[in-house]
Amino acid sequence: MPNMTREETQSLIEEVLEVYPEKAKEIREKHLTVNDHEADPSKACIKSNRKSVPGTMTVRGCAYAGSKGVVWGPIKDMIHISHGPVGCGQYSRAGRRNYYVGTTGINTFGTMNFTSDFQEKDIVFGGDKKLAKLIDEIETLFPLNKGVTIQSECPIGLIGDDIEAVAKQKNKEYGKTMVPVRCEGFRGVSQSLGHHIANDAVRDWALDKRDDDDTFQTTDYDVAILGDYNIGGDAWSSRILLEEMGLRVVSQWSGDGTIAEMELTPKVKLNLLHCYRSMNYISRHMEEKYGIPWIEYNFFGPTKIEESLRKIADFFDDKIKEGAERVIAKYKAEYQAVIDKYRPRLEGKRVMLYVGGLRPRHVIGAYEDLGMEVVGTGYEFGHNDDYERTTKEMGNATLIYDDVTGYEFEEFVKKVKPDLIGSGIKEKYIFQKMGIPFRQMHSWDYSGPYHGYDGFAIFARDMDMTLNNPCWSNITPPWREDAETTALAAE
Amino acid sequence: MALRQAAIYGKGGIGKSTTTQNLVAAIAELGKKVMIVGCDPKADSTRLILHAKAQNTIMQMAADAGSVEDLELEDVLKVGYGDIACVESGGPEPGVGCAGRGVITAINFLEEEGAYEEDLDFVFYDVLGDVVCGGFAMPIRENKAQEIYIVCSGEMMAMYAANNIAKGIVKYANSGSVRLAGLICNSRETDREDELIMALADKLGTQMIHFVPRDNLVQRAEIRRMTVIEYDPTSKQAGEYRSLASKIIKNEKFVIPTPITMDELEDLLMEFGIMDEEDETIVGQTAAEIEAAAATA
Repeated sequence: MPNMTREETQSLIEEVLEVYPEKAKEIREKHLTVNDHEADPSKACIKSNRKSVPGTMTVRGCAYAGSKGVVWGPIKDMIHISHGPVGCGQYSRAGRRNYYVGTTGINTFGTMNFTSDFQEKDIVFGGDKKLAKLIDEIETLFPLNKGVTIQSECPIGLIGDDIEAVAKQKNKEYGKTMVPVRCEGFRGVSQSLGHHIANDAVRDWALDKRDDDDTFQTTDYDVAILGDYNIGGDAWSSRILLEEMGLRVVSQWSGDGTIAEMELTPKVKLNLLHCYRSMNYISRHMEEKYGIPWIEYNFFGPTKIEESLRKIADFFDDKIKEGAERVIAKYKAEYQAVIDKYRPRLEGKRVMLYVGGLRPRHVIGAYEDLGMEVVGTGYEFGHNDDYERTTKEMGNATLIYDDVTGYEFEEFVKKVKPDLIGSGIKEKYIFQKMGIPFRQMHSWDYSGPYHGYDGFAIFARDMDMTLNNPCWSNITPPWREDAETTALAAE
Repeated sequence: MALRQAAIYGKGGIGKSTTTQNLVAAIAELGKKVMIVGCDPKADSTRLILHAKAQNTIMQMAADAGSVEDLELEDVLKVGYGDIACVESGGPEPGVGCAGRGVITAINFLEEEGAYEEDLDFVFYDVLGDVVCGGFAMPIRENKAQEIYIVCSGEMMAMYAANNIAKGIVKYANSGSVRLAGLICNSRETDREDELIMALADKLGTQMIHFVPRDNLVQRAEIRRMTVIEYDPTSKQAGEYRSLASKIIKNEKFVIPTPITMDELEDLLMEFGIMDEEDETIVGQTAAEIEAAAATA
């Protein structure tokens, strides 16, 4: 199907908005737009980071999801308490595929669920004593833990528990890092505020622990990876590239990360920021307080990797610059073989995306390396600065949608007719039942890594495997059944 | 006689618990079967009936037992003077947890355990002074108390509180069967107190159901953890509570209140000389400025 013109895209948006009541329409129309390269990107004509409209279906999460699920959860040698009733912790347990090395239950705890399991009496009488007891039990049962974070669920904020006092007291008793996080789910409009709150908690309770300690031997080539959650091993396939070009990766935030790495980060020379949305806050803080510069990079697909390696190398001396060129040259044959194999099978295919923090823009280059085109994209919880960064990556007259509703997304897909959709588990089965190839772009559909050159090979294979799977031609969705039967009868 | 459920509200410290217990004792004396449900974390709504310091509360026992489901009705229900059944919802010490949730949990427990199915004539809820959250409005929600009595006095803040409580009743009255049943004036011996409360009752669309005069006998009884009815049944004050009791038993004037605006309330207070006419010119003036103005004049 040929791409739509500006006018066609605009009229599609208007058509989709038509069913809404007046007030909902007024709100939603500001979140949907046609990409326009002529327009000033800083005045990106889309509203974001606003409360979802009641009555529509949104796939957004909450502040607790942003803190426990994203920022803090992957720190593998700390124990993260889901403080409140049992459900929040249990249903977010190990769902994000943040891979890590370690012995679970001994020195790492990533896939376990620790909760204070609030009961009626804890609401009425307060949960501070129970929290203190829980931390004591953790110390007894899992003595190799390197610290505890307290991830507040909604009731904690309602009943006014003083988790900060408990954290201070237990820090005094055990000498370990204790971090209270006020990420009650009702705060903010999405998981985005949870990222911010979690970043602030890092700043206030963890980051300055080694400010007066210079025993750590630094080098001129120390960097930190921020905003890589090692989903399916993403951070590992990124890290090797940085190391091969001569840099020393001191810490990974937070995929496969440790509290010790976090505390050493203020000593690095440069912060490398992959997921801008979830960790720009702490990057800015380290720039302000420690004078550490930070840059955004993109390790999806060879074009963006190459750009990023050079951009990173520019901060260092010739040794690193040469290192970057060496890495690019080393993997060239490898990634070219991937492109040669898959591009002919994927060329010209059109993709629609709807994901979270960085992927709605970061994976565009990887698709383009395979000859594919992203014709629609959007963020669950992006802000204006995300959309500013996105519009230039997208083709003219493509669709951009913020906090897209279930209805809007379906209608857009029916009209735009993409060859592939990349989104989450909540969208997956709807679109597959519509007969459209689908990849989960939050969890990599239990595959990965997708970062780095190694990841690109897997990415290309997965997209091909999904798109060119023979199953799609064997599906007759119910609304085509009549046509099918008629056609068969005619034969 | 069908079960009647009543809730007693009023400003903190106005004498709700004392009035409720004396009233309930008087009702019990007439052979009625009554239950008191204390809805205040302080748990002092039943001590005069039970001669106890403070009754074990539902929430405390639930916490000790593990959860509220582990409790039986007979664990929490105590019987005192005049066969009055007593329960206290209980709750946290000040500054922690959620007292409102305690009230909700306790009342749900009583309902589920069938506390109201006994052959009762009256249930009285004695509720914390300020309806600070939904929990303390629990007693007036659907299928709970249908009649509300507000204890007040001729003091300005007590009347403000009464008017605010009336506003809260309107909210629930429109969606349910709760009604304002009257003001109980617990005298502080201010000037023309009875007339003032009658005037306020009139504006709220209700009645001053009884004027309870001040009498130190109440305090003397209280020191002994007793009601006046029990401590000195022949006293004049016991008679006052009996008269309140019979008026409440006979009461049929249940209304959706018509709360008044702040201005109307202030006008009323000025009419009775409790508040001075407001002088707009002095608003925001410091003592020094007033002095300077006086010097130039």
